[in-house]
Amino acid sequence: MKEFALIFRVNGDAAASAADISPAEMQERMTSWSNWMGGIAARDRLSYSGHRLGIRESKAVAPGDVVTDGPYTEVKEFINGFMIVKAQSVDEAVEMAKSCPILFGGGKVEVRPLVASDDNN
Amino acid sequence: MDQGQLIPDLYRKEYGKMVTVLCSRFGIAYMDIAEDIVSDTFLSAAETWGLKGVPSNPVSWLYAVARNNALNSLKHDRVFQRQVKKDLTIDGEKSFEMEIDLSPKNITDSQLQMMFAICHPSIPVEAQVSLALRVLCGFSIDEIAQALLTTKSNINKRLFRAKEKLRLEEVKIAVPDSREISVRLDTVLICLYLLFNEGYYSTSPDKVLRRDFCLEAMRLTYLLIGNAPTGMPRVHALMALMCFQASRFDARVNDDGELVLYEDQDIRRWDEELIQRGNDFFIRAIRDGEVSKYHLEAAIAWWHSHPAEEREKWENILRLYNQRLILEYSPVAALNRAYAFYRVYGRERAIAEAEALQLAGNLFYHSLLGELYTGVDNEQARQHLTQALKLAGSAAERTVLGKKIEGLK
Repeated sequence: MKEFALIFRVNGDAAASAADISPAEMQERMTSWSNWMGGIAARDRLSYSGHRLGIRESKAVAPGDVVTDGPYTEVKEFINGFMIVKAQSVDEAVEMAKSCPILFGGGKVEVRPLVASDDNN
Repeated sequence: MDQGQLIPDLYRKEYGKMVTVLCSRFGIAYMDIAEDIVSDTFLSAAETWGLKGVPSNPVSWLYAVARNNALNSLKHDRVFQRQVKKDLTIDGEKSFEMEIDLSPKNITDSQLQMMFAICHPSIPVEAQVSLALRVLCGFSIDEIAQALLTTKSNINKRLFRAKEKLRLEEVKIAVPDSREISVRLDTVLICLYLLFNEGYYSTSPDKVLRRDFCLEAMRLTYLLIGNAPTGMPRVHALMALMCFQASRFDARVNDDGELVLYEDQDIRRWDEELIQRGNDFFIRAIRDGEVSKYHLEAAIAWWHSHPAEEREKWENILRLYNQRLILEYSPVAALNRAYAFYRVYGRERAIAEAEALQLAGNLFYHSLLGELYTGVDNEQARQHLTQALKLAGSAAERTVLGKKIEGLK
């Protein structure tokens, strides 16, 4: 069994309109996430439930002590959170990712294997 | 009080306490000697009370005789005396005084200490449960074997190996210090949780015995709550969980000794007082904001113990099972989650969730799929229920499954 990080990316503009979500829709999103993660956990494929990554107190640090606001780098897409799952192969991890609720809001999931610190492949 | 019942009742109530006090005093290596001393005490009672009549305070009599037997053991057993003196490195200067404190406080303290010694990570959890049942709760080998649906020989082997291991590891009969206590407490809680489940879910026919297992698990958990260093929120949560479950004990088995499923239970048989106590413990459990698996399971049990609108109840239970599994995987929780999923989203979607669990060979997996496929694909339902029937461990379970298969026709 291998481990894969699922990294959730959302579109910057989409996130900006997050404040417009109704409580009912918010509740629905929370339920979707709860069911999706619960489903993975129920199959004993969850390694680490991870974390949402905040937006407001985010900074980006570049060489030369250059510090800028926000989680953005170059692209108007930023990482919203991550978790770690167990799977036999990347394909199995991808199958799990396909039903991630973030996809319904136009977001994306990046699937990355956890590798040894000297693995540069 | 029926004279014939007096000694067995006292045995059940006092055996564990007496063995625990003596064992705490002498050390884990002397558990067998402590048990012998107490057994001899009860033998004396059986002989003497028959001839001279029951003493006015039977418990005091027992404790006094046990103390004397222990002192005699020390006096006459040179090896024992030397060993005990050697192991007791306290009071090196003072002359060796054999004091056995049988006050209520010491009895409680000894039991707390013994819980940590018995529920020790070096022995398998089934051994912890059996040892707890024997030494802390005073159940006989027969009763333990019967409730755990196994043989006396297996229980004896289990106990023997466990005591050996504890001796080898030189396990201290003490409540761990603040550095270790949280981790060690978790081991104790798992043992008590399993002990409760043995009583609650056991399909052995002796109902009184099973109920006593639940009550003992609750009594021991309550001891933890009464002691500040061990009275953590998750212990209150476990207590709440036990109260909520135990409240349905009378409703679970009908007058013919058959298992009554939750949906069919007579709510008037639920113990309201226990539910209230559960509520009190639950409120105390959530005060600090800690969320352990026991908190989540207690919350789920809360929903099962209070009338509520279908949709709201099952949506909440599903949400709680999601949290429970994200915290820590458990096949039982996974199966229960699939059932909750069914109650919220219907059979078809729940079948997908259930099958994804890949728990073939598990009795409850096949039971669940048998239930979910009923009305959707009766052939699949029959196959799963038949498989479950093969895996069933008791007559009560086979009866329920048999009826479901009949109902498919």
